Amino acid sequence: MLKKLFPFVKGYRLTSILSPVVITVEVVLEVFIPLLMADIIDVGIPAGDFGYVLKKGGLMIVMCLGALVAGALAARLAIYSSNGAAKNLRMSVFEKIQSFSFKNTDKYSTASLLTRLTNDITNIQSCFQMLLRMLTRSPMMLIMATVFAIRISPQLSMILFLAIPFLGLTMFLLARAAFPRFERMLKQYDGMNARTQETLIAIRVVKAFVRGDYETERFEDSAAALKKAQRAAESLMIVSSPVMQLTVYSCIIAAIWIGGGHVLNGTLTSGALMSFITYITQILMSLMMMTFAFINFVISSASAKRICEVLDEVPAIRDNDAATELLPEDGSVEFRDVSFSYSDNPENPTLEHISLSVRSGEVIGIVGGSGSGKTTLVQLIPRLYDVLSGSVLVGGHDVRDYKTDNLRAAIGMVLQKNVLFSGTIRENLLWGKADATQEEIDAACRAACAYDFIQSFPDKYETDLGQGGVNVSGGQKQRLCIARALIKQPKVLILDDSTSACDTATDANIRRAFREELAGTTKIIIAQRVASVMDADRIVVLDDGKIDAIGTHAELLETNEIYREIYSSQQKGVA
Amino acid sequence: MPGPGKMKGIARPQNGKKTFLRLLSYLTEHPVMLTCAFVALAFSASASVLGTYMLKPLFNSIAEMFQSGVTSMRPLLGTVLTLVAIYLCGAAGTFVSNFLLMRLSTGILEKVRVQMFTKMQRLPLRYFDSRTHGEIMSLYSNDTDTLRETLSNSLPQLLTSTITLIGVFGMMLVLSPLLTLLVVVVFFLMMLIIKNIGSKSSKYFKARQEALAQANGYAEELLEGQREVKVFCREDASVTRFAELSENLRFASTQAMTYAMILMPIMGNLSYVLYAACAAAGAGLTIAGMMDIGTIAAYLQYTKQFSNPVTMISQQFSGILNSLAGAERIFNLIDAEPETDEGDIEIAYVVKHEDGSLTENETFTGEWAWKVPQEDGSFRLEEVHGDVRFTNVFFAYTEGHDVLKDITMWAKPGQKLAFVGSTGAGKTTITNLINRFYDIRSGEVTLDGYDIRRFRKDALRRSMAMVLQDTHLFTGTVRENIRYGRLDATDEEIVEAAKLANAHNFIRHLPQGYDTVLTADGTNLSQGQRQLIAIARAAVSDAAILILDEATSSIDTRTEALIEKGMDRLMKGRTVFVIAHRLSTVRNANAIIVLENGKIIERGDHDDLLEQKGKYYQLYTGMFELN
Repeated sequence: MLKKLFPFVKGYRLTSILSPVVITVEVVLEVFIPLLMADIIDVGIPAGDFGYVLKKGGLMIVMCLGALVAGALAARLAIYSSNGAAKNLRMSVFEKIQSFSFKNTDKYSTASLLTRLTNDITNIQSCFQMLLRMLTRSPMMLIMATVFAIRISPQLSMILFLAIPFLGLTMFLLARAAFPRFERMLKQYDGMNARTQETLIAIRVVKAFVRGDYETERFEDSAAALKKAQRAAESLMIVSSPVMQLTVYSCIIAAIWIGGGHVLNGTLTSGALMSFITYITQILMSLMMMTFAFINFVISSASAKRICEVLDEVPAIRDNDAATELLPEDGSVEFRDVSFSYSDNPENPTLEHISLSVRSGEVIGIVGGSGSGKTTLVQLIPRLYDVLSGSVLVGGHDVRDYKTDNLRAAIGMVLQKNVLFSGTIRENLLWGKADATQEEIDAACRAACAYDFIQSFPDKYETDLGQGGVNVSGGQKQRLCIARALIKQPKVLILDDSTSACDTATDANIRRAFREELAGTTKIIIAQRVASVMDADRIVVLDDGKIDAIGTHAELLETNEIYREIYSSQQKGVA
Repeated sequence: MPGPGKMKGIARPQNGKKTFLRLLSYLTEHPVMLTCAFVALAFSASASVLGTYMLKPLFNSIAEMFQSGVTSMRPLLGTVLTLVAIYLCGAAGTFVSNFLLMRLSTGILEKVRVQMFTKMQRLPLRYFDSRTHGEIMSLYSNDTDTLRETLSNSLPQLLTSTITLIGVFGMMLVLSPLLTLLVVVVFFLMMLIIKNIGSKSSKYFKARQEALAQANGYAEELLEGQREVKVFCREDASVTRFAELSENLRFASTQAMTYAMILMPIMGNLSYVLYAACAAAGAGLTIAGMMDIGTIAAYLQYTKQFSNPVTMISQQFSGILNSLAGAERIFNLIDAEPETDEGDIEIAYVVKHEDGSLTENETFTGEWAWKVPQEDGSFRLEEVHGDVRFTNVFFAYTEGHDVLKDITMWAKPGQKLAFVGSTGAGKTTITNLINRFYDIRSGEVTLDGYDIRRFRKDALRRSMAMVLQDTHLFTGTVRENIRYGRLDATDEEIVEAAKLANAHNFIRHLPQGYDTVLTADGTNLSQGQRQLIAIARAAVSDAAILILDEATSSIDTRTEALIEKGMDRLMKGRTVFVIAHRLSTVRNANAIIVLENGKIIERGDHDDLLEQKGKYYQLYTGMFELN
């Protein structure tokens, strides 16, 4: 995992290496200071030599200032590197997600991808920064201070050799025991927040069914469970600081008792004992820091795992190596014995043996019950999914022979669940064609029956839509989405139930405009309302992933039972 | 670019003092625990200060004993044991205070969370209309997190640091006023640096928050619209834009964090400077005979103990300010004005006897009655009929912009009333007034003869069932989701309701049938199937009034035809309000009300309206003008 993430340091490698080097300088300087202090006390004071004290004292201050500069520099380097690496990582994850096909996207929820892109990367970044700083500083400090302590008194250092393993082991055991408890706590926390968010989104349902108290009770339960989990996790962690204190204190007392004896029988000086005590604090503090860094590392390794999962995902649809700059010649579409399954399981097909040939410029309506495979069928045309068997041809060539960009540029598609983006109406429309002229925009909006309402807004095309297009109604949103697709001037236009929120008059106007102004474009229209497709050249009736019948409105009314059923259900009461 | 809720700089509380006191009031609810925690904290801080002081007599005695040739530490046993006792008290204090603070903070957190959620359930819809989900959710996540951090970490550390700082400074003064002059100089130097870096850092942190909000907001939007990105081949364009935002974020973040992070090494090393200066000066004083070795030993330890609390206080302070801003937001939610509910009429299950009299029943009977309080304190039971009348109703979401104008209409028990009109005409708004999601500006709405404000809101809403266009289902089994309509519904009643909504068939075919767990956004079901479950959920509630707001918009007409019988049965004997784009679904309504710009422009049954050849006629024939 580390190996996989390491390349992201690229461009920030030098600073990543420099940072620990500079930190080493800082540590060395810091470790020498107590030693100089001992000299002052053991040599300078007994000799009464002011000059010596001044010389050593001045040297100490200079070294401290050196350490200060080195420390600040190292921090800056670590932050520079870690933020740079985080940026690289963020970009890679985003790029990867952009390369996902629908099939990949189906696997992850938006929220989970977003968490990876935000929190997880922030975790890794702070871990990396910590790694650069703590994981050099603390071990260096630990080693050097230990060496110096041993130099002062090997016998006294025995205290350290008892204390270090004791503290290290205790911390390690604590961390190991705490980790699963923290995981449990986080899970509780996520569960609670997920439910809260649900009730928030569905607040109208909660209120309509008077379930406020019911939800509150549920929340109380999960809040209590969270508290319990939190206490379980933290009750381990609160032991760590008293244990640390006890260890440091015991060491100091032992050093004074034993070291004091050494001073008395002349084998140790007072100054040396003092610096020894300083080293004890330095050593044990470093150990503590290392444990924290370790805990942090473990926590963020979960983040790293989640990110690697995304990075390892293989895009289900990639351009064929042999794909050339081939462009669809016309708007013809052909399905040749196509079967498709979302789970790649031939036993569980969503579409079975579909064969259908659509001439360029033809208008095809598709009707059928929910789950009959209408949406799935049209999603194969711009190769949003790949077929399981058979082939789909657009403009005379298999869709897999095109570069996907070239293929999709020729197809305008309005999705069932359409999305607008924050920004102005114009910015959204230009998604269809970045360099569209005002005439083209006007024409597309007129055809989509969006022109009039856009003009009725004070800011017209510059109206800000707000995030997710919240500032327009459902029907207006659909019409903007249609206009956006029309601006592309596609050879094939696919509407997946795209006028459901528009009233019937608007729906009819849009269709009239299609017929008059987009005569050459192949139009494939999925609709719930028979009225939306009854004037199509041919209508395909889908049932349970199979084509039940193809024909004109009149033919189907006569021959097809499903079609008749759908039609009559919508016509009842009309003479 | 991102919505208003996404922008969150480093906020400062508007009324920090008030918020702080309020926060303290949560703590003071547990006076014993709190006092113990404080005492323990003080113990732990004083112990470390005192312990260091003990170095003075120890080192001095060692020096004296060395001079006088004593070779055993025995005489110092008492002093060392005192030190042991002090240190033990200190460690015990740390443990006890940690433990108590952990109990306190987790308990307070639970309380705050429950208070927030309870209040949230009582807030009017207007509250939710004016805030994004992300904004409210961040109260539960970010703001509660910082609150926790403050309670269990920052506040205690602030306290410990303050006690330590005062103790250390006092001891330094006692040990050597002269050397302390040096300490004061370095202290002011430290303060200067902290102030400088602090103001720089908060400036950059603001920039960083903005850059972060922009990058995250962009990513969120793009991820949600991932399918459009594919269809429009916008991958490269969005990567380019995201690269820009990421670079901005990297730059701002590097700046902000640099200033935050260099504080530690600077402060740490400044304390070494102090250490060095004191060592040299102390040695000089000792040579001059104005100080002893024990004092130097203790003093040097103090210089090390001195810088830590200074850094801590400065760091915790900005953290606490930040979390006070969060706490303020939390309190704002807790203090928000709840839905007004001045009603006193309750609703109850009843048994209807042959003579027409009613008696209240504990469990579901299929019959409902209003419990109307009488002057003598008793209740009169009146059958729920579902007679809804609007008289000259005006309504506005925002003052001055009437969405509904002078609406007068009525639905007699068992009647089906349909609303027709273009988007924004006010159809949904009318239904939102019946169940008092919003209150009218003027006019009157009555139910079974009483002004709807006379009903308790709970009772009013329990007499109605709603199916909305956006079918919100919850994570949980299909069964649980249907039972949401009536919590005491039996499994049989649930299946019955599902059959009514024609959902039984597809539910049976789900992997675990009624026990299939639906994911949060219900992506494992089609939109139509979700609507069927929502209809079953309404069916199981068996309410007298049914509100269908585009309830079948995502169900294909064939399935709709199949459930029509069920819907007919569902609507039978109930007052029904229907909103539908598909005119075919409203044809058999007793009355169709055509709305335009918040006004009723036509009303009548299907045939009447077609004869009138007005707006309805236009809309209706719009379906066929292409023939």
